[in-house]
Amino acid sequence: MSTIVFIDSRGEKIPKAAQEAVSYASKMAGGPVTAVTFGAAQGLESLGAQGAAKVIVARGLTAVDGQQLTRLVCDVATKEGATSIVCVHDATGKAVAPRVAARLKAGHVAGAIALPEGSRFTRNVFSGKARAFVEVTSPIKVISLMPNSIAITKGEGTANVEEYSGDVGTARINVKEVRKAGSGIPLPEAEIVVSAGRGMKGPEHWGPVEELANLLHGATACSRPVADMHWRPHHEHVGQTGVAIRPNCYIAIGISGAIQHLAGVNQSKVIAVINNDPEAPFFKAADYGIVGDAFEVLPKLIEAAKKLNAER
Amino acid sequence: MKILVLLSQVPDTTARIAFTNDNTQYDGNGVTFIVNPYDEWYALVRALELKEAAGAGSVTTITVGGADTDATIRKGLAIGADEAVRVDVQPSDGLQVAEHIAAYAKDKGFDLILAGKETIDHNGGQVGAMVAELLDLPYVPLASKLDVADGKATVERDVPGGVEVVEVALPLVLSAAKGMAEQRIPNMRGIMAARTKPLNVVAAGALDAVAGTVKFELPPPKGAVKLIPAEEAGKLIELLHTEAKVI
Ligand SMILES: Cc1cc2nc3c(=O)[nH]c(=O)nc-3n(C[C@H](O)[C@H](O)[C@H](O)COP(=O)(O)OP(=O)(O)OC[C@H]3O[C@@H](n4cnc5c(N)ncnc54)[C@H](O)[C@@H]3O)c2cc1C
Ligand SMILES: Nc1ncnc2c1ncn2[C@@H]1O[C@H](COP(=O)(O)O)[C@@H](O)[C@H]1O
Repeated sequence: MSTIVFIDSRGEKIPKAAQEAVSYASKMAGGPVTAVTFGAAQGLESLGAQGAAKVIVARGLTAVDGQQLTRLVCDVATKEGATSIVCVHDATGKAVAPRVAARLKAGHVAGAIALPEGSRFTRNVFSGKARAFVEVTSPIKVISLMPNSIAITKGEGTANVEEYSGDVGTARINVKEVRKAGSGIPLPEAEIVVSAGRGMKGPEHWGPVEELANLLHGATACSRPVADMHWRPHHEHVGQTGVAIRPNCYIAIGISGAIQHLAGVNQSKVIAVINNDPEAPFFKAADYGIVGDAFEVLPKLIEAAKKLNAER
Repeated sequence: MKILVLLSQVPDTTARIAFTNDNTQYDGNGVTFIVNPYDEWYALVRALELKEAAGAGSVTTITVGGADTDATIRKGLAIGADEAVRVDVQPSDGLQVAEHIAAYAKDKGFDLILAGKETIDHNGGQVGAMVAELLDLPYVPLASKLDVADGKATVERDVPGGVEVVEVALPLVLSAAKGMAEQRIPNMRGIMAARTKPLNVVAAGALDAVAGTVKFELPPPKGAVKLIPAEEAGKLIELLHTEAKVI
């Protein structure tokens, strides 16, 4: 009975979602776990604070090739006799976790949102409109943790970092180019999101939306028609057919709150809605609401955010 | 080029979500079912575009499900797929779906296998990767662009904080996300043609279940919204800071 956790930590900082996954794995195991990662990861010993006794890092792997990473994870899992394998339900995890499950004939919980009760896990289904309890019956379980679902453990201790020396085969996926999506915070990781819809009338009016997001240290998002009309880039489109997000705070301006939009944002902890139509469906899903014209409300919000920043 | 598109059936995006049998089953009563948007708008349409550009090849769809999915499968044929396959079984989880699909695709020599990013009911985002593993093929999730030339695919994939352009030799499996193609509305000719295109029903092999949903639950109802007068809009920021403590 041991637990391993696979994370993508290729930069100087260990991503929040990776720290969450290690915390989750160690809470689930009720003791220390082994973390597996790759690339030029730095500061890995600090994962001891989240409950990793050991971190195994495959320095030779720098890109996400699902086959190589699956061999890495399965090799470590076999050596450690792992019965639970925790991953993150993000772009890297989606390339690896289901493959590991298929290779080991293990049940896969895609997007767990809470610690299990026994072998029963909770995940969101119907795009957040319901929850499902999943029972895993295989001897080995693969669990992908939805980012921003559990608190990071802030314990003591340093992990032992070891380099992986096994053979994971040759890469079949060749990375040609990496394009960063601006300097801002990536949308799925943002804790505060300021989002706007067709109520903004045109792309030339996004200045105040961006300003408010910057003042609140958040990211910007938009509804689907706004991306379809090319007012905003596609990666900002949130909802059922766009990015699904679960920030602590979602501020929606001039968005009606169609069911497909809500499906991507209804997991936000707090929702604030600004709309000039008191009948807009979004108000039913909101914690806070302002019935008013976005063009009059936004300057007031910006002013208040500046005041808040000056005070803190 | 031989392309396989994984096509799943889901409740319409506006369908009411309710459960029966002591919350163990989705209640499909009175619900309209559609092709999963990612499978239809992106995976299937891009497959058709690639075939049209090459002027040769075939597009086959595969669905794991009961006879209740046939109408949805015909929709895929109406949009332009050449033929459809249905593995006749009600799968209990994603790994089973993948095992049935891999068993069918194993010796058929597909150059490309396209899945959707995820099903909008199950939200697993897992079946494509599992099929790839079972067939020992490379897999690129969350692909927003796909081009094929000289036996190689060039794919743009969404990664945290940006986009990666990757090159992979065929055959390969990928999951299609927004950006890959534009939705196509089937025309009358397509709908007529779909009636006579082959829909091959194949028997499913026996598999053990390793995981399954035992119960569903609706989220607790939201409390009433707290309204702030527009003239005092700035108070929202204050409340988000002091009361909700989220900024
Ligand atoms: C299969 C399917 C999938 C879909 N997926 C998505 C998805 O992923 N994401 C998504 O967003 N949509 C999605 N949609 C589209 C969705 O149904 C809605 O059409 C869309 O969300 C509407 O966008 P909107 O709220 O910006 O625009 P509208 O519905 O036009 O709403 C604009 C709102 O702005 C308000 N407004 C206007 N002027 C002002 C002003 N001056 N000040 C304040 N408020 C103002 C109006 O009262 C209105 O409520 C999908 C649809 C389908 C069929
Ligand atoms: N029953 C099924 N039959 C055929 N393809 C499926 C089925 N379920 C899922 N898929 C494919 O796998 C993708 C991901 O599904 P999921 O892992 O359930 O989110 C879908 O977009 C489909 O392309």
